[in-house]
Amino acid sequence: MPTHLSSAVRDLLTRVKTLSALTLAVVILGHSALVSAALPSGSKLLLTGGVSPIEGSAGGGLTPWALIGGYGTNNEIGGSAFYTHADIDDFDLGVFGVAVGIKDRFEISLARQKFDVSDLRQKVFSGLGADAIARDDITQTIVGLKVRVLGNAVLDQDTWVPQISFGVQYKKNNDGDFVKGGVIGAKDDDGVDYYMSATKLYLAQSLLLNGTLRVTRANQFGILGFGGDNNNDYEPQFEFSAAYLLSKRFAVGVEYRSKPSNLANTVGGAVDLSEDDAYDLFVAYAPSKNISITAAYVELGNIANVPAVGADYGDQKAIYLSAQVGF
Amino acid sequence: MTTQLLIKKITTVFTITAFTLTLSFTNNAHANKTFDDFGGVAGLTKIMDDFMVGLVADARTREFFENSNQARVKGMLVLQMCELLEGGCKYPGRDMKSAHQGMKVNRAGFNGLVEQFQFAMDKHNVPFSSQNVLLATLAPMYRDIEATNGDAVPPVFSQKNN
Repeated sequence: MPTHLSSAVRDLLTRVKTLSALTLAVVILGHSALVSAALPSGSKLLLTGGVSPIEGSAGGGLTPWALIGGYGTNNEIGGSAFYTHADIDDFDLGVFGVAVGIKDRFEISLARQKFDVSDLRQKVFSGLGADAIARDDITQTIVGLKVRVLGNAVLDQDTWVPQISFGVQYKKNNDGDFVKGGVIGAKDDDGVDYYMSATKLYLAQSLLLNGTLRVTRANQFGILGFGGDNNNDYEPQFEFSAAYLLSKRFAVGVEYRSKPSNLANTVGGAVDLSEDDAYDLFVAYAPSKNISITAAYVELGNIANVPAVGADYGDQKAIYLSAQVGF
Repeated sequence: MTTQLLIKKITTVFTITAFTLTLSFTNNAHANKTFDDFGGVAGLTKIMDDFMVGLVADARTREFFENSNQARVKGMLVLQMCELLEGGCKYPGRDMKSAHQGMKVNRAGFNGLVEQFQFAMDKHNVPFSSQNVLLATLAPMYRDIEATNGDAVPPVFSQKNN
């Protein structure tokens, strides 16, 4: 056993090093297929590691699934690295992260989100003559832990029982002074989301369904902090994904994620921070076992609307592109 | 969250579910279209020939098949798949638990076999949806076939009986 353990640790370290190098490669090259040949092959089935999520936990684009990330089996350690860019109408979001799956039981993930508010900053500056936002980006770090408690979404085809996992996401907003300040009015700059996901592949129908129940105080995933004057309590939220597998390499799907609306309007009602539910339509493509690329059209609803300074943004839509390397 | 909002959210989730389920269950119309998609027994025989080549080439499955009586294994697989596809055959072999005694298959080996089977079916142009219909009947067999969460232990092949 000790030899097993030490070789597993060595293996993990080697993989983490490879992973870090590859994350850079993906980000720099922007064309992930170039690095596919360099990766060792894990043993899980194609696309069963999920695609690239917004918060780092393996799943769909908007919501975590019960699946454990990476291509490792119950005897292996797998992992994935991803970069996602969402080109939002009046903002932008970049997320990169890594996830390690251990023996198809545990998943540890780390993600960093960078939310571009430079357009709003400029408009506020011009309109007020004061740099009230004082930054071009809001960044957030998310550490996730997921545990599979029962079921195998892919193999248990003779029962209705889904794969069920529990997860937590610790989120730390790195612009605490700003999100807790007068413009946004969040109560906290960090918070923990708790969720339960149930995922099932209906293989004979080539259909994957996921439902997630989450309790959270996060505003816009935590990018605008946690809690607010409208609501400061944990609230249950529902998330849902459906993906239809067109082939081994292509899947198309829809997602829905409900979100709380905790923040009250600020600056005498001039800043509208009401929050809406999110929807997306996505296409995932796996050119090889180690690579998946996801493109999505996302409806995010209102994020921050400040008509008084010419930032009458209205509902925000995004084109989302994500590349993931898994092993 | 107000009750009204809660109801709206739940309704949305159910609408999407109903839509996707309707979309997917309109496929597989008549019973033996799937068997036809495999080209019947003749098609399955060709698929198994390529499947075996793949199993021997794949490091995850090689030791389980390289020195087996490959002709016999292929013949059994044709009959087993034909039976599962309701193609009018009777699989005369042992159940999956007994057939895998004397060896220890792990998840990597099981998934390796599934992957090689997918490659062989792809090569013979079996439509993806029909592949999945068959794979859905095979997947739960992992419970009888896998015997370890640790390292795989291949069978020891004697000269006469395998």
